[in-house]
Amino acid sequence: MSTSTIELRAAVGTTPRTGHYHMSGLLRSEWTKLRTVRSTMWTLGMTIVLGIGLSAIATAETTSHWSTTSLASRAGFDPTNESLIGVAFVQLIVAILGVLVMSDEYGTGTIRSTLAAAPRRPKVLVAKATVFGVVALVVSEVVSFVAFFLGQALLKSPTPHTSLGSPGALRAVVGAGLYLCVLGLFSLGLATIIRHTAGAISAVVASLLVLPLVAAALPSSIGDQVRKFLPANIGNSLTSLHSGAHQFAPWTGFALLCVYAAAALLIGGILFVRRDA
Amino acid sequence: MIEATGLTKRYGDKLAVDQLSFQVRPGIVTGFLGPNGSGKSTTMRMAMGLDAPSTGRITINGRQYQDLAWPLREVGALLEAKAIHPGRSAFAHLWMLAQTNDISRTRVEEVIEIVGLTTVARRRAGKFSLGMGQRLGIAAALLGDPEVLLFDEPVNGLDPDGIRWVRNLLKGLAREGRTVFVSSHLMSEMALTAEDVIVIGKGRLIAQMSVDDLIAQSSQRFVRVRSPEIGTLRTALEREGATTVLEDDGSLSVRAITEDVIGECAAGIPVVLHELAPQSASLEEAFMELTESSVEYRGEDTASVAAKGAGA
Ligand SMILES: Nc1ncnc2c1ncn2[C@@H]1O[C@H](COP(=O)(O)OP(=O)(O)OP(=O)(O)O)[C@@H](O)[C@H]1O
Ligand SMILES: [Mg+2]
Repeated sequence: MSTSTIELRAAVGTTPRTGHYHMSGLLRSEWTKLRTVRSTMWTLGMTIVLGIGLSAIATAETTSHWSTTSLASRAGFDPTNESLIGVAFVQLIVAILGVLVMSDEYGTGTIRSTLAAAPRRPKVLVAKATVFGVVALVVSEVVSFVAFFLGQALLKSPTPHTSLGSPGALRAVVGAGLYLCVLGLFSLGLATIIRHTAGAISAVVASLLVLPLVAAALPSSIGDQVRKFLPANIGNSLTSLHSGAHQFAPWTGFALLCVYAAAALLIGGILFVRRDA
Repeated sequence: MIEATGLTKRYGDKLAVDQLSFQVRPGIVTGFLGPNGSGKSTTMRMAMGLDAPSTGRITINGRQYQDLAWPLREVGALLEAKAIHPGRSAFAHLWMLAQTNDISRTRVEEVIEIVGLTTVARRRAGKFSLGMGQRLGIAAALLGDPEVLLFDEPVNGLDPDGIRWVRNLLKGLAREGRTVFVSSHLMSEMALTAEDVIVIGKGRLIAQMSVDDLIAQSSQRFVRVRSPEIGTLRTALEREGATTVLEDDGSLSVRAITEDVIGECAAGIPVVLHELAPQSASLEEAFMELTESSVEYRGEDTASVAAKGAGA
C-alpha cells in the first residue's frame, strides 16, 4: 500500500494507441453496469417470473371456471390475449427498469464517472438505450412466448385454446414483447429528461395508469379519442386478436408508440447534451 | 498541462468562476486553493466537461475534454461529489469504466492493489468507509495511467495515515512527470504537498506562484529576537528601518529587515542576543491574508454580533 514501493505506472494494458474510444466498449460497459447492480437483476427476474406466472394463473383459473362462465363471456373469449395477461401486468416493471437505467446514474452520481470515461453524450445515450433495448426485448419475447405456450397448454378443452399458427396469434405474441421493449425505451427517454427516479416513475405511472382514468372521466366522445393514443391501449390492441372500436390497428398503434419513444429519447438526448451533468 | 483561459461560469445570477486564467505544469503538484464557494469544484467540473463554461475555455494538453481520444488514458479525476453506485462492487465499478477505454482487466486488478482495496474489491461500495470510498475514487483516477490528474479535496475525511498516503501518492505521480492538480482548503496540507499554488477567491484568480514565494511574500514574515538589553537593541533596529513589536513574553518581533542585518546591528552596539529566529508565516496565514477580501461565507465576527445585539 505504501506508494514508495509500488510502481504507479501501469505494467500492462494501457499502451498508448491510435483511434478513439468506441461504441463497442461503451456497449460492453453498459452491459456490465446492468448486470452488476442487484436492483436491475431483480427487476428482470420479476419481469420473467410475474409475466409467465400471472399468465399461467389466469389461464388455469379460466379453465377451472369455464363450465360456469356465461355464454356472453365465452363468445368474447380471446385465448391469445388471455395467455398474454402477465405481459400487461409486467409492463410497469419493465418501464421502471427503463427509468432506473438512466435515473440511477444521476441518483448515485455514477453519471460523472460515466461521462469522465466517455464525454460524448449522444454516444453514451445510444449505448445505454441499445443495451437496455436488447435486454428488454430478449426478456420480453421470452416471457411472451413462454406465457403463450404455457397458457395454451393450461387452457384445456372444453376451454378454447389456440396455436401460434392461427391467424393473428404470432403477431400478438411477438407484438407483446415488442411493446414491452419500446415502452421501456420510452421510459428511459422520460428518465433522461427528468433525471430523478421518483419523478420519472411518476411520469411513467401517469402515462400508463392515470391518463386512462382521466380519459374514462371525460365525456366518451372525447375520452375515446384520447384513449386510443395511450400506451396501454396500444399494447392491448397489439395483444388482442381483434382491435376494439376505439383502437388503432395493431401495427399503426405500435408505430405510434415507437414515435413516442423516439421523441422522448430525442428530447432527452438534446437536454442531456445541453445540461450540466 | 492544464490551461484555463478567461474561464467563466454563471449559475443563474451567481458568478461561480470569473475570468479565470492559469496554467498547470507537468512534473509538479499544483495546489488549487480558495475559501469555500470560491469555485474550485466548478473549475474542475468544467475541466472534465461535466459543466459547460459560460465563456472562456479550459483545455488539457491543448484539447477540450470532449475531444480526447481515450479520456481515461489521458486524464484521471477524483471529483468532490460521489460518483459511485453503492450497489456495485469496487471491481465492477472499475471494470465498467475500464471497458469504455479498452483498459485491461489486469490493470483493474493493479489499481485495486495500488490503493490497497484487494480484500474488499468484491464487496458493495455502499458498505465502504469514507476512506475506502476515497481510495476507490483514486483507483478510478489511476485506471488509465493518465498523464494529467485532477483531485478535488482528495484528503477529505481521511485519517492521518490516509492523508500521508495521498500526499505520497500525489508527489509520486508528479515525480513521474505527470501533471497533478489538487484542490484543498487545508493550506497546511498543501504546504507539504504542492510546489506551486493557484489561489482563487470569489471565482477570480488571486495568485499563482510557488509555495515558497507565497510564504516569503507574506508580510507576516518576521524575526523573533530576545536579548537582555532589548530596549537598546530596539532603538538601534528601528534606526535601521525595522518595525518592531514588543511581545508579552519579552521577545521582540522584528519586521522589514533581515536576520543578517539584526545580527550585525547587535554586534555593532554591542548587545548580547539570546535568540535570533526567523519566523515564516504558515501557508495558512499567507492564504488568509491573500483571500481576506474575497471570503464568500464569513462567520460574522462575534464582537460585532454582540454589539448589534446590544444596539437592538
Ligand atoms: N450547480 C450549481 N448551481 C448553482 N450554483 C452552484 C452550482 N455549483 C456551484 N454553485 C455555486 O458556485 C460557487 C462555487 O462553488 P464551488 O463548489 O465550485 O466552490 P468550491 O471552491 O469548490 O467550494 P468548497 O471549498 O466548499 O468545495 C458557490 O457559490 C456555489 O454555491
Ligand atoms: Mg469544492
